[in-house]
Amino acid sequence: MTAMQHDPAYNFAYLDEQTKRMIRRALLKALAIPGYQVPFASREMPMPYGWGTGGVQVTAACLTPEDRLKVIDQGADDTTNAVSIRKFFERTAGVETTEHTVQASVIQTRHRIPEAPLTEGQILVYQVPIPEPLRFLEPRETETRKMHALEEYGLIYVKLYEDIAHNGAISTAYAYPVKVEGRYVMDPSPIPKFDNPKLESAAIQLFGAGREQRIYAIPPYTQVVSLDFEDHPFEPSKADHDCDLCGCGTSYLDEVITDDAGGRMFVCSDTDFCAARQAEGHRGRLSGEDAA
Amino acid sequence: MYVAVKGGERAIDAAHEWLAEERRGDPKVPELSLAQIREQMSLAVNRVMAEGSLYDPDLAALAIKQARGDLIEAIFLIRAYRTTLPRIGHSRPVETSDMRCDRRISATFKDAPGGQVLGPTFDYTHRLLDFELAAEGAAPVAQTGEPQQASTPRITDFLNRDGLIQDEAHGDATPPDMTRQPMEYPADRPLRLQALTRGDEGFVLGMAYSTQRGYGRNHPFVGELRIGAVEVEMEIPELGFDICIGEVTLTECETVNQFMGSKTEPAQFTRGYGLVFGQTERKAISMALVDRALRWQELGEENVGAPAQDEEFVLAHSDNIQATGFLEHIKLPHYVDFQSELELVRKMRRGAQGSMKEAAE
Repeated sequence: MTAMQHDPAYNFAYLDEQTKRMIRRALLKALAIPGYQVPFASREMPMPYGWGTGGVQVTAACLTPEDRLKVIDQGADDTTNAVSIRKFFERTAGVETTEHTVQASVIQTRHRIPEAPLTEGQILVYQVPIPEPLRFLEPRETETRKMHALEEYGLIYVKLYEDIAHNGAISTAYAYPVKVEGRYVMDPSPIPKFDNPKLESAAIQLFGAGREQRIYAIPPYTQVVSLDFEDHPFEPSKADHDCDLCGCGTSYLDEVITDDAGGRMFVCSDTDFCAARQAEGHRGRLSGEDAA
Repeated sequence: MYVAVKGGERAIDAAHEWLAEERRGDPKVPELSLAQIREQMSLAVNRVMAEGSLYDPDLAALAIKQARGDLIEAIFLIRAYRTTLPRIGHSRPVETSDMRCDRRISATFKDAPGGQVLGPTFDYTHRLLDFELAAEGAAPVAQTGEPQQASTPRITDFLNRDGLIQDEAHGDATPPDMTRQPMEYPADRPLRLQALTRGDEGFVLGMAYSTQRGYGRNHPFVGELRIGAVEVEMEIPELGFDICIGEVTLTECETVNQFMGSKTEPAQFTRGYGLVFGQTERKAISMALVDRALRWQELGEENVGAPAQDEEFVLAHSDNIQATGFLEHIKLPHYVDFQSELELVRKMRRGAQGSMKEAAE
């Protein structure tokens, strides 16, 4: 794909330069204090709150005309909201876009971390609905900020303990809380806990919550520990199957209902990863001979 | 045979085409002009300007047309457009004492200098459908009188003269701008008022109503409600003085609320304040009631745990653009999260069924 000219009716990447500067300041602060939620003056974007306005603003502040952008939602490049956000930046920034993880310099994501390991120089931008990991234990911002400041995280451990006492297991399957660099408890956005180990990465990871007006970050090679107990260690989990299209046994899978008689199949949620494996000749249970 | 779902982009384009067609409706019916919306749907235009935080009747009319009359969608369009506008500067505070009032009423005094001016109100109409309107008759013409030349004094100033109403603190500090700074709690009063004036009319109305029904009751009277045009002045640095750059229509409401006094204060009336773009009196009165409820701490009142007294609750949920976006985002795909929950529930059921089986044996 070749870079297009951006829509001259708007500034490069939609936001004006002052706004981008304000966001970059927040990003630098966030990188300097890993896991800390930096308040920022989130703008109203032309897509609804809750649909990635935080991620879009962070991406807009990071993009340069030379960047190559990938946008995924649920791991896929072709889900409707990913398509919509990619189109937005094609129009307002005119940057090149790609579906290949390895070729992208900036990746905006909702709910997944790509399967292919990210490398130095790449930026992964997360869309975050509720940035506060303590929110559902304490609804008040005035209280949760105090709890973070005092490193008062007992409540969240009590919650995990109660899960185990009631259900025999920690009943958080996504947005599983982590501790960053031994200091701040952080919400990794609603990624499945399967993805949590990938939060320790060579790439820069930026988190944008537009409606809640917060930005936070994990710099490259930062320690990220999923909260757990010695006798109930953290367990990343996935469907106990192989991908029916590429045969991969280690990727995160989506379950697809194929008929009304209980038939189902499992496919990689990361569409780029799956397609690349199929191109290399890997086959799954339901691959036709002509599948490519 | 399953093929990974492709074609999201084509589906989106097709959906947008269909939307455009639906928006227009039956092409045999003449298209609405922006001027028609601006002139004949003026209260809708006012709401869009107020909650969109942008005073521009033509743009608001365009937004209403584009949004097919969905006012929250129209407000959203205006807000997103507002993001792209450069901030040139800020005006002087508008002087509502000099308002050219189309309407000015007080519920606390039978008459007062400046008089009771009803203006164009629905208040005493009988809500009977007027079938003659369906026939599109000639434009109605109202009788006119001599406009008042003098500025209209404030009702609360009469009370203030006797020290019967609490005085508002004067300050020259530049108020914070919630569209340029992240919201911080506790918020000060200027910030609260900003949030309320652009807050959802229905939400603010509901909060205000709850105080009237006893959840944080604050005994309000409409001391004064005035609607009219005020001049907007701005200091132009190159000139070194203020010039008028235009005028806006505002609705201002000051409530007079009972206050029994506290250990340190004698009994005195207190105020709630509402100020909203356009003719929007339901919103302005609601705003004044909620403002007053949120002042419990400053006035040394008891927090009875009413929702309208809870600043963080009220301010964090009053914005309909935030609310509708987050609410509707649950339409977006969530199958990755749902899959992880599915696995967890299946695993926990296996565990539970296993131990039930063991117990049975």
